[in-house]
Amino acid sequence: MKPAEAKLKAGRPRLLLPDRTHYCAGCGHGVVHRIIAEVLQEWGIRGQAIGMAPVGCAVLMYQYLDIDACESPHGRTPEVAAGIKRARPDKLVFSYQGDGDLAAIGTNEIIHVANRGEPISVIFVNNAVYGMTGGQMAPTTVPGQKTTTTPKGRSVTAEGYPVRVCELLAALEKPAYLERCVIGSAKEIQRTKNAIKKSFRVQRDLGAFSLVEILSPCPTYWRVPPAKSVKYIETWMEQIFPPGVVKDVTK
Amino acid sequence: MAPQGRQEILEGAMAVAHAVARCRPEVIAAYPITPQTHISEELSTIVADGELQAEFVKVESEFGAASVCLGASAAGARAYTATSSQGLMLMAEVLWNIAGMRLPVVLACANRSVSAPLSIWCDHQDADSIRDCGVIQLHAEDAQEAVDQHVIAFKAAEDRRVLLPVMVNLDGFLLTHVFEPVELPDQALCDAFLGKYEALYKLDPGDPMSFGCFTEPDKCMEGRWMIHDACLRSAAVIEEVSAAFARTFGRNSGGLLEEYKSADADTVLVAKGSICGTIKDVVDELRDKGRRVGLVRIKTFRPFPRDRIVAAVRGAKRITVVEKGGSFGSGGVVTPELKDALYDAGLRIPVSGFCVQLGGREVAPDGIQEIIDRVEKGEQVHYEYFRLKKAILPDLVP
Ligand SMILES: Cc1ncc(C[n+]2csc(CCOP(=O)(O)OP(=O)(O)O)c2C)c(N)n1
Repeated sequence: MKPAEAKLKAGRPRLLLPDRTHYCAGCGHGVVHRIIAEVLQEWGIRGQAIGMAPVGCAVLMYQYLDIDACESPHGRTPEVAAGIKRARPDKLVFSYQGDGDLAAIGTNEIIHVANRGEPISVIFVNNAVYGMTGGQMAPTTVPGQKTTTTPKGRSVTAEGYPVRVCELLAALEKPAYLERCVIGSAKEIQRTKNAIKKSFRVQRDLGAFSLVEILSPCPTYWRVPPAKSVKYIETWMEQIFPPGVVKDVTK
Repeated sequence: MAPQGRQEILEGAMAVAHAVARCRPEVIAAYPITPQTHISEELSTIVADGELQAEFVKVESEFGAASVCLGASAAGARAYTATSSQGLMLMAEVLWNIAGMRLPVVLACANRSVSAPLSIWCDHQDADSIRDCGVIQLHAEDAQEAVDQHVIAFKAAEDRRVLLPVMVNLDGFLLTHVFEPVELPDQALCDAFLGKYEALYKLDPGDPMSFGCFTEPDKCMEGRWMIHDACLRSAAVIEEVSAAFARTFGRNSGGLLEEYKSADADTVLVAKGSICGTIKDVVDELRDKGRRVGLVRIKTFRPFPRDRIVAAVRGAKRITVVEKGGSFGSGGVVTPELKDALYDAGLRIPVSGFCVQLGGREVAPDGIQEIIDRVEKGEQVHYEYFRLKKAILPDLVP
């Protein structure tokens, strides 16, 4: 590895502002922000990118990333991104969403934006709860998982099974690339970064819809110490949400 | 004399959740949103613990929550939801349907500012902006009232002279997240007071009927009039139910208005919600100094208690509305309604409207005092953003 490259990886990318974030210890959002900052910086495309901040824990994304950004009503994020992209097709438009934003209140939007093949990149941070509002059950909550609205654990009888977004979208014709990654080991984080790069490439080169789902730790509302949360993803989440490429038309 | 219960120190939202549970809704549907979330979270725990036999539906959005309540209520069940701000906005379409189908759904709104700019703090723009859809709106001043108004809400909503949804407003954070001494309604009294809900009309395959069906112009207007008429007439029912509540539970939490030292006041303030606590403190202080100041507190905003307000303020030399809301491009929300009522009563009392606390900016007693001082010096404003920080406005605004 060349020293310059090593330095970039160790240091703080310029696009990641030096503010202290409001994220809890062990939260995955900060890592995903950093990956986005690194990719935009390495490619030198800050001036091309417009990001959509979600309503969720990452609501203040625009305070941490030094990029052009827009808020949207909760869950309407991909539609707003589609509007931006239609108006400015030359820009790299991505929406950043949690599983409440995308898989609960915004399920309609993500399905139809994907079905129309809107050429945007969706970065979907799945932490299996509504973090922002205090850790309630999300449609992605693992069966048996205790949350503030499922104090005895999620019951599949009453609440159904977790929604697998990638698999759901894979049933549609237009999405070009869907991959599920993990914020876990360094290797997995690197794979996440590659997936985000690929998603941006799919947008730029194919003008197609793509989504990267990222299983991301929420130690606070999983009520596990940060160090154990990665293990939690492996043991619990990955059984339901197997990491890997779910659809890829480029291959 | 009604039996005295036990006071507990409870968080406002928790207290509301337990009061709702004692009203025994059969179906609850909610989607979390700050600062409402503690109400629905606590209800989900109460249901999970088996303390309340109810369906708790963890829906995907407020649109879903209101729709589940619509369905449950149409099927003849007592239904409840709680929301706030953006969530209420998303419910709006369904609320028009719920009111139009004359379904007595009860909901709470933890009042919060509406985006954009994004703010989680309290004002009344969420509730005010759905004032036209036929939902009866109550406003609580403190946690006890929020608790009691829920019981009153179910009773009034289900009254066959009303059959409309009722929304209990409680100021986000200021009431939802504050711990206060609260007396929860006794279960047995609550059961006796509310009884089991027996729907006048409900979906019943044995006696088929349609809800919310298509109407031609020859009937639609009459359908709308019936909502308007029922909403107007609900004022008397709310007073009746509130009086019965006071007899049963020993607390005067309901009603249309509270007149606080306003009977002989020269300057009458009009407001709703928790800010009235602050205003009362200022009124008390000024009264001690011999100034004739009073407050008329709106407890029921829909139906708008026109006649009662006119009667309460007719002796005033000046009226000042303190609002946590407004209508961009027009002015206040409460202020013009009050003027409209005064005009029809032939009263030309000067009215000023002050907009305070948008997005939760605090107004302490000194702010209220400043407003009173200004109007007593003869100032009259149509509608003013109080203590607007002109210095931080961008240059393009002169
Ligand atoms: C219409 C509407 N309903 C509810 C909310 C409250 N709310 C804010 S964020 C959120 C859930 C966020 O969860 P998720 O998308 O999983 O993101 P996380 O916070 O876990 O990163 C909710 C319900 C809102 N802002 N708007």
